[in-house]
Amino acid sequence: MGLTLAEKILSQRAGKTVQAGELVVVEVDQVMVVDSIAGSFFKRLEQLQATPRHPEKVAIVIDHVAPAANVEVATAQKNIREWGAKYGCTVFDVGRGICHQVLIEERLALPGGIVLGSDSHSTTYGAVACFGTGMGATDIALAAASGRTWLRVPESVKVTFKGKLAAGATAKDAALEMVRVLSADGATYMSVEIHLEDGAEGLSRSERMTLANLTVEAGAKCGLVIPSGEILSEYPVPEWLYPDPDAVYINRVEIDLSTLTPRVSVPFYVDNVEPVEKVMGKKVDQVFVGTCTNGRLDDLHEVAEVLKGRRVAQGVRMLIIPASSQVLEAATADGTLLTLLQAGATLGTPGCGPCMGRHQGVLAPGEVCVSTSNRNFRGRMGAADAEIYLASPRVAAATAIAGFITTPERLEEVTA
Amino acid sequence: MPRIWKFGDSINTDDILPGKYAPFMVGEDKFHTYAFAHFRPEFAPNYQPGDILVAGRNTGLGSSREYAPEALRKLGLRAIIAKSYARIFYRNLVNLGIMPFEAPQVVDALHDGDEVSLEFENGVLHKGSETFQLAPPPEFLLEALREGSILEYYKRHGKFPGESA
Repeated sequence: MGLTLAEKILSQRAGKTVQAGELVVVEVDQVMVVDSIAGSFFKRLEQLQATPRHPEKVAIVIDHVAPAANVEVATAQKNIREWGAKYGCTVFDVGRGICHQVLIEERLALPGGIVLGSDSHSTTYGAVACFGTGMGATDIALAAASGRTWLRVPESVKVTFKGKLAAGATAKDAALEMVRVLSADGATYMSVEIHLEDGAEGLSRSERMTLANLTVEAGAKCGLVIPSGEILSEYPVPEWLYPDPDAVYINRVEIDLSTLTPRVSVPFYVDNVEPVEKVMGKKVDQVFVGTCTNGRLDDLHEVAEVLKGRRVAQGVRMLIIPASSQVLEAATADGTLLTLLQAGATLGTPGCGPCMGRHQGVLAPGEVCVSTSNRNFRGRMGAADAEIYLASPRVAAATAIAGFITTPERLEEVTA
Repeated sequence: MPRIWKFGDSINTDDILPGKYAPFMVGEDKFHTYAFAHFRPEFAPNYQPGDILVAGRNTGLGSSREYAPEALRKLGLRAIIAKSYARIFYRNLVNLGIMPFEAPQVVDALHDGDEVSLEFENGVLHKGSETFQLAPPPEFLLEALREGSILEYYKRHGKFPGESA
């Protein structure tokens, strides 16, 4: 019986063939800790009376509230810097960017590797076929102390994306469609194995990150994109890092990219995905472009293309937060940033921004936000009744110009 | 007598503890008082230690924030009965010593405000004259729970449950 990609990675690491349902204890390549749980992480290590077994494999990223919004946070972040210096762990400080973007840029998540992050969107590392998964502070502390973790080898769902993206559709639309088809618990405890075929191999690393990122919104343990296209030219990909043709999948889903149209996830659940037409015309107060889902250079390019020569609608706040310092630098160098600012967008420090409702763009009661992020739960970005619509950077940009939910194509028609 | 606090499907970690009330935002001593602050503000002030949370499908979806179930633990929660759990939340519950019972039929038979008693160790739940048997979590997790927590287990044995030495 053949093995899935998740089974291949865990078998390789376990030194024996393991299959879905088995428990394994495996070495991990990298442990990633974010600022918001670092205090709990330190406390758990104290309870264990342990220090990091491999300090070079533990990185702490200050991104969830960066720069600090109050004295509590500032104190927690001061502790992080002191702790990192004391134990020799890397601290990526304010402004470096969002944990998942930083780990990919720093090449700390690599094909065939295993990375544990104290953030649910650690599935993002699957973009480069790295077994990335999120865990809480206790599991993360145990992994730092031992260098290992326990995992149940997951069953796999096969999601095949076919064809080239239709004009107007993006990887975000593909990812939202995947979550709709799977549903919010359709891949719970499972590995979502993403196969790109018939032209879909052309999706970039950034687009693969968007797909892998959103697999957790279907409950996935990890979301592994089979290496192809630019991943093969940019990374060392081990010979064994492919699923067997006769691998066993619990479910199979196929999504045709060539007929895909823009999607929007409607409050208050991510799998509430509708074609954009369904919510077209909905008035908005804020548009947010950024996060680990869609805060990269290609996302900012798409936004700039729509914003060029136009102005953000009166009464709409458009916040742009690049995913990392590298993204910000590149967008500055190639002029993208100027286009965004000239259109009336405002810029935040690379990091998570208002995604979880802590600072830099929290929503007031009754407000509506179109966001390129990944969660639209009740109260997520501020007031309990504020509404978050999740969309692609293109739809977000067109919405900012119009003041209501729309697409760049529709915007052309209106202004023509 | 402990009471049931019943919730529906898809209770997410932003419902359980909104991000803006994380311990590193409001302080270690206060964050638990914001449990279900948006969704059910009467919960935290009225919850009594030992009360049981009952929920539907995909309980705890969303963030990996362990401080969400930790807020419930701090209020005195020792057991949840749900139809199903999101993955990270399930691990976090076990790691905090909260027993995650999975029992879809029992969930349907329980109502908000019901008075119950739970034999924590063997998963027997009494409601009036009715008795329900709850299936326990997998053995290797119980192995850790029997020593207090997985932290205690690892500290004592230097390995994970089920791992060969």
